[in-house]
Amino acid sequence: MTTTEQNIDTILLSILEKVSDPEIPVLSIMDMGVVRSAVIIDNVVKVEITPTYSGCPAMDVIGDDIKKALKEAGYNAEVDLILHPAWTTDWITPRGRKALENYGIAAPLDAEADKDVLLNGKRIVKCPQCKSTNTKLVSQFGSTACKAQFQCDDCQEPFDYFKCLK
Amino acid sequence: MKNENLYNYILGIADNSLILGQRMGELCGHGPSLETDIACTNISLDLFGQVRSYFQYASKIAGDGRTEDDIAMLRKEREYKNVLLAEQPNTDFAYTIGRQFLFDVYHLAFLRELQKSTDLTLSAIANKCIKEVSYHERFSSDWVKRLGDGTEESHQKMQNAIDDLWTYTDELFHQTEADKAMVAEGIGVDVTKLKEAYYKNVSELLEEATLKVPDLKYFQKGGKEGVHTEHMGYLLTDLQYMQRAYPNMEW
Repeated sequence: MTTTEQNIDTILLSILEKVSDPEIPVLSIMDMGVVRSAVIIDNVVKVEITPTYSGCPAMDVIGDDIKKALKEAGYNAEVDLILHPAWTTDWITPRGRKALENYGIAAPLDAEADKDVLLNGKRIVKCPQCKSTNTKLVSQFGSTACKAQFQCDDCQEPFDYFKCLK
Repeated sequence: MKNENLYNYILGIADNSLILGQRMGELCGHGPSLETDIACTNISLDLFGQVRSYFQYASKIAGDGRTEDDIAMLRKEREYKNVLLAEQPNTDFAYTIGRQFLFDVYHLAFLRELQKSTDLTLSAIANKCIKEVSYHERFSSDWVKRLGDGTEESHQKMQNAIDDLWTYTDELFHQTEADKAMVAEGIGVDVTKLKEAYYKNVSELLEEATLKVPDLKYFQKGGKEGVHTEHMGYLLTDLQYMQRAYPNMEW
C-alpha cells in the first residue's frame, strides 16, 4: 500500500531541479525528495509535495516557487501538499547529501547511528569543515526543525547535523 | 454538521497540540539557555505544524467556510477540548519539562494507535507526527533524568513539578462522547487501553531519574469537556490577541 516511488514527467524535471529549498539554498527540492509527483493533465501541471516536518515554514514558499518556475516555463501549475507516505531523510539523493556537506551541514546518518549520536553521545558525526569525527552534540534541536546542533572538538567549529527522520 | 463526532474528535486531538505548542512558544527568548530555548520553540513549531494538518481536515469536514485560522483563533474558552495538563503554566523549567514529558509519553502511544485508524487522513497525519514526537519524547525524558538525578535543588524542583502535575494525568485516559463514537467506528483510539502501559513507562523513567512516583488517589479532569483551569483564559488572551484586536487580519 505504501509507495515511495516518484512520478515525475521527464520534461518537467529540469525545471523542478532549479527550485531550491529556501532554508538550504544549495539543495534543490528534487535532491531533497519533497516532490512526489509532477504530471501534466490537460495543460496544467499537477504537483504533489510532502513536508519534511509538519511545521516546516518552507513548504508554503516551496509551493509558490514551484508555481513561479513552471509559469516561467509556460505552464500553469497546481500544488498539493500530501502527507502519505511521510517524508524520510532516505529520500535525500546522494547529490543532495554531498551538497549538504559542502554547505557545512552534516548529512543524516542511518536510524541506529542517529540514535547513538543523539541519545548516547557517540562521536561519529563527521565535522563538515575538518572531517574529524571528534564531535559532540550541543543540542538535539537546532536552527530549523530538521537539524541538531553540534560542535567539533578538533577545529572547534559549531555546525548543524541534519537529523535522521524515518 | 453531518460528521459532528469526527469534527469534535479531531478538535480534541488538535487542541492538545495547539495549547501545548502555545505554552512552549512562550519560552521563545525566555528559555534557561540558548539551546533549551531553541529546543522548546522547535517543539512548539512541530506541534503547530501538526495542528494545521488537523484543523485543515476539520475545516473540510465542517464544510461551512470556517478556516483553520477560525478554528484556532475564534473559539471561546469552553469550546477548546484540550486536556488540563497541556494548559498548565511554565512555573519554572522543571514544570515545562515535567508537563512535556507527561504529555509526550501519552502522545507517542496515542499516535501509534492512531496510525491504525480506518480514517486515512488521520492515519497519515499520525504517521507524520510520530516521527517528530519521538524526538520530543527523547528530549523531555532526557531532561527529567538530568534534573531529577542532578543537584539537590534540581532534584527537588523536578519532584515538585511531577507532584503538582500528576493530578492532571488521569484525564488523558477519559473518553468523551465523540471519542466513544469514533472508537466504535474504528476511527478513534481507545485511550482507556493506553493507561496501564503509560503509568508503567512513566514510573520506570521517574525511578531512573531518582524521583518518587506520586501516590495520588484524586485526579483533576474537565478540559476535554471544555471546563478549564484558571490558566486557560490568560493563555487564550495571548493566543487570540491579534484576531481579537484586528479582526480578519492576515499575516
